[in-house]
Amino acid sequence: MAAESNGAANQPGTADQGYYRHDTPQQDLRVIGKPLRKVDARTKVTGRTGYADNLSLPRMVYMKLLRSTQAHARIRSIDTSAAAAMPGVVGILLGSELPNQFGILPVSNDEHTLAIDRVRFVGDPVAAVAALDEETAWAACRAIVVDYEPLPVIGSPAEALATPEPRIHDYGDEGNVHKYVNLQFGDVERGFAESDLVRQDVFFFEGNTHLPMEQHACLADYDKDHKVTIHSSTQTPHYLHKALTKVLAMPASNIRVIACPNGGGFGGKSDPFNHEVAACAMSRKIGRPVKCSLTREEVFHCHRGRHPVLMKAKIGVRKDGEIQALDFESHLDGGAFGSYGVASTFYTGALQTVTYQLKNYHFRGARYFTNKAPCGPKRGHGTVQPRFALECLLDKVACDLDLDPAEMRLRHLAKRGELTANFMRIGSMGLGECIEKVVAGSGWKERRGKLPFGRGLGLACSSYLSGAGLPIYWNAMPHSGVQLQLDRSGLVTVFCGSTDIGQGSMSVLAYVVAEVLGLDPMKLRIVTADTDLTPVDLGSYSSRVTLMTGNAAMQAAERAKEIVAAAVAEKLEVPKSNLVFADEHVFDAADPSRRMSFAEAVIAAEAKFGTVGTVGSYKPPRSAARFKGGGVGPSPSYSYTAAVVEIEVDPETGQYTIPKIWVAHDVGRSINAALVMGQIEGSVYMGLGEATMEESAYRDRSHKGKRVFLHNQPSMLDYKSPLAVDMPEVVTYIVEDHDPNGPWGAKEAGQGPLLPIMPAVANAVFDAVGVRIDTNPITPERIFAALQSKAKGGEARFGPSDVPAVAWPEPRVVPPPWEGGDGKEVASDAPAPTRSGGKG
Amino acid sequence: MLRLPTFRYHRPRTAAEAVRILAESGPKARFVAGGTDLYPNMKRRHQSAEHLISLARVEELRGIDGDGPAGTCTIGAMTTLREIERDPRIGAWYPAFVQAVASVSSPLLRNMGTIGGNLLLDTRCNYYNQTEEWRASIDFCMKERGPICWVAPGSPRCYAVQSSDTVPLLCAIGAEVTLLSPGGERRVAVDDLYRDDGIAYLTKRPDELLTRVHLPASGAWSAAYHKLRRRGSIDFPVLGVGAWVARDGERIADVRVRIGGVGSMPIHATETEAMLRGQPVTEELVRAAAELSFKPARTMDNTDSEVPYRKKMAPIFVRRALSECLGL
Ligand SMILES: Cc1cc2nc3c(=O)[nH]c(=O)nc-3n(C[C@H](O)[C@H](O)[C@H](O)COP(=O)(O)OP(=O)(O)OC[C@H]3O[C@@H](n4cnc5c(N)ncnc54)[C@H](O)[C@@H]3O)c2cc1C
Ligand code: SF4
Repeated sequence: MAAESNGAANQPGTADQGYYRHDTPQQDLRVIGKPLRKVDARTKVTGRTGYADNLSLPRMVYMKLLRSTQAHARIRSIDTSAAAAMPGVVGILLGSELPNQFGILPVSNDEHTLAIDRVRFVGDPVAAVAALDEETAWAACRAIVVDYEPLPVIGSPAEALATPEPRIHDYGDEGNVHKYVNLQFGDVERGFAESDLVRQDVFFFEGNTHLPMEQHACLADYDKDHKVTIHSSTQTPHYLHKALTKVLAMPASNIRVIACPNGGGFGGKSDPFNHEVAACAMSRKIGRPVKCSLTREEVFHCHRGRHPVLMKAKIGVRKDGEIQALDFESHLDGGAFGSYGVASTFYTGALQTVTYQLKNYHFRGARYFTNKAPCGPKRGHGTVQPRFALECLLDKVACDLDLDPAEMRLRHLAKRGELTANFMRIGSMGLGECIEKVVAGSGWKERRGKLPFGRGLGLACSSYLSGAGLPIYWNAMPHSGVQLQLDRSGLVTVFCGSTDIGQGSMSVLAYVVAEVLGLDPMKLRIVTADTDLTPVDLGSYSSRVTLMTGNAAMQAAERAKEIVAAAVAEKLEVPKSNLVFADEHVFDAADPSRRMSFAEAVIAAEAKFGTVGTVGSYKPPRSAARFKGGGVGPSPSYSYTAAVVEIEVDPETGQYTIPKIWVAHDVGRSINAALVMGQIEGSVYMGLGEATMEESAYRDRSHKGKRVFLHNQPSMLDYKSPLAVDMPEVVTYIVEDHDPNGPWGAKEAGQGPLLPIMPAVANAVFDAVGVRIDTNPITPERIFAALQSKAKGGEARFGPSDVPAVAWPEPRVVPPPWEGGDGKEVASDAPAPTRSGGKG
Repeated sequence: MLRLPTFRYHRPRTAAEAVRILAESGPKARFVAGGTDLYPNMKRRHQSAEHLISLARVEELRGIDGDGPAGTCTIGAMTTLREIERDPRIGAWYPAFVQAVASVSSPLLRNMGTIGGNLLLDTRCNYYNQTEEWRASIDFCMKERGPICWVAPGSPRCYAVQSSDTVPLLCAIGAEVTLLSPGGERRVAVDDLYRDDGIAYLTKRPDELLTRVHLPASGAWSAAYHKLRRRGSIDFPVLGVGAWVARDGERIADVRVRIGGVGSMPIHATETEAMLRGQPVTEELVRAAAELSFKPARTMDNTDSEVPYRKKMAPIFVRRALSECLGL
């Protein structure tokens, strides 16, 4: 067993010095855990938040992108003469002017700002036009004549396999397969042989999109000093900064990225985007500020949403439901570009192990290039689809074994402090308590399986990361940095690169610093997401911000406290260890009348030490997963969720309503209970949208030898997403299993609670009307089809029947910890290491 | 992009003036009521106009008058759906009409949308109700600019779908409308207002102004409206059944069933009606008669939901609407 030390211990002033403080009792906290308002709440509700689209600068012009009308084609020529001649047009930009490619992952830098010789989906940007007003820019775009030579369209993973040529990209594992993964932990065949029940099912999870309220927008300004500043609705200013440096071929120090508050992101604004790069390049070209605001349709083209994933899962269990082996296969329809896709592929296999004990695990994944808008990370990134499959599968297993699905899960939970088969380290683990809460709340024991035909209950569980253990590009630096400036007025300013996308990350910074220094969080100044002013934070993705910036802020604040305390101790002639920071004062704990205001304390500190400022940073502990591909999945801690969904199905039509949902989430510790509830309920809402109706479906038609292939419904009326009236009553329980790696024990809340909703709905449908819906979304049409099939004596099920046959590469063989594995792969033909005692 | 094109905006004060301005403004002129259908369509460039004649200030087109039981109840074309929904008289005399009105779009849109606009709502199709960019990518269809129909490529006609919620119900109950043009006034049954053609879907001439809706005498009949849509609000019907039954004791004296959302005009379920007319009320009969609506509900792949599903739902919705009328 690899005894991994806590990697954070090698940083100054972290766990070993008590900075994480996960065990502080709640009554000793003044800010943490309280349902305070967000620091930016008043600005937001009074309409004064400066979203990117609200910004304007003198001499600003408007840019529009001309996008491909072809799904797959070579560009023979682009004629811009008519557009250039239009009055009001001030600049035209073509792909050939920006030959450098970009992309979020270093392994798939496959995007051009504007297509040079090839378009890969309907919506792929081809040219940019800047004009004095938006209408003119758009009219000029339409006046550009692009001569396309159509190429065969690749519309699905099956077509990608069947059509190795032409390749959508000239890189990738083979033909139009972007990536193959084959990882083997233990011996699944042995596991199946030792099982009492083995079953295999095939599932499909259709793609869907983020649908943030705010459409992407940016404002770029190349100034007289040859520096470019871009304000953008991005979740990842640091990665955008890197992409701009590469494509514009300018020193990073001449580029300033400011992430505006995002009107929702959910992963849809975490790639660098064409319009952002083009706006900077256009501003450089014409010497004027350039604004670009996307339409809703363009947001559908930017996409980076949930991958459609076809999955085959074979499970072997003992009579009591103990999982002996899981063989899991996933096929991801990646769309036209890499985006986060390689990571997404690994994520479809990473977290199956962290909820229930699993002895032998085999995962194979393949991602395919297709002529669709590129898929990427959406809330729950890559783990949502396999979680749907796994939780539906477990429900079937429980049914086969005649076990209570809740009891069965409870009996075999993954264990605190242990390493899983694929070397994920479980820290705190409150899933058991989560299950107990929703079981009790919903009356599960009394009601499941006993409600009248048409009504039912379904349960599912899940887990999610509190931040990815590794950054997107390899480096040894911290993932998050915070800088504090203490002014003699008593004002504390917090500088951090993190981006508030509505989740409240600015508030979390304020709460953490305020708690440590005994201040009022509403009185702090928070400066975020500005690459000129703030230390790097990797961005608002993978639920990393509360844990990572929280820890960094805590460290910076503790260091400031040290400095101030030293000066105050001297001034008040009290031992430093006696000092308490609270109510904007510094006290002697023994004699509270001996005290100074915080402002006086800062003056004392500045007088003694000079200008007062501190820094803090955070880097996740080193992972135990040392095999290739083991970089995806490790996290400082995992959150856990359980949900029960109640459903009422009309057995004649398949139409259904969901009157009530119970959801319990182990957040470690809530930094702000109101924000945690908001994230949980928002996740439930988004999960319900995915479960009940959302689909990024494509229209595929052929006419006179021409195939057209484009997004079916790129509008908010026709891409169906639930409305306020469709939202059921939600009973939310916050479970707090304090995690040693989180600030005061906090873990994530922003993504995890979404995951159990879809499988819980599917399981509830089964309880209600006895059919299995193995395709998400679980639409009335599909329930109806399954009911009809059942009535005719067919399968009581709707779902796919098989996955494409793939010639998988040899597996990377990693012996699990209980077989003496050290997290590294062994040669696949080498004899397995001798077993050193079983686990559990 | 979703911006309105430029146009001239006229604000007449009387119906006669509105009709005159339209006649004088040439072929690229239209009336606009609440604009909740027309403006989105203009933003997507599938409807266009150089002159818009707003009816917002024409007072004589507003309001609910007359007496339901006496058969004199009329509603001005500019009355908003919200006003109808909230009117206690309409609620008492024509509850099924309120059912249909309240199922239109969302509360916000019902505050603007009018009954006149709802009756004249443009037909809808997945290949048509898209942005100009989208339609350029797939290539424009017959209903606007293009040569073919994407739904039925071999077909000479357009199959865009009748998508108003009040239409099947007003057809079924036998409501009428008054149309005004420079040539004078005429009164037609709502049932006769539509044609089975997704492009030329109205029998109303472009120069005619719809001024009033006339409701039949209330009392001796019952009606119901059942709508299928994905969400609890906003969505257009992908199936909307309006049913009307006049009873004679335990017998069905007369019946009308109109199915919306499955054709370019409300579909008459004639075989269903024939089987029921004059017969004693039984659940079995209603079930059997409703099954006969399966055939005429010719769903096409141009709305939300799936073609076979919508078709299979038609008899179920017809049965449920009839059962509601009959208290079964
Ligand atoms: C998101 C959304 C959802 C919707 N959902 C539904 C739904 O579920 N069910 C439904 O039925 N409708 C729906 N609608 C359509 C629309 O809101 C309603 O049908 C509304 O009643 C239309 O009335 P209006 O006054 O706004 O019509 P307008 O848009 O003003 O006019 C519609 C058409 O009628 C013509 N017109 C209007 N009044 C007259 C008149 N008096 N004489 C002659 N011509 C006239 C106009 O020239 C135009 O061609 C929806 C619309 C939107 C945008
Ligand atoms: S039915 Fe055919 S012609 Fe009519 S709008 Fe649809 S695609 Fe166009």
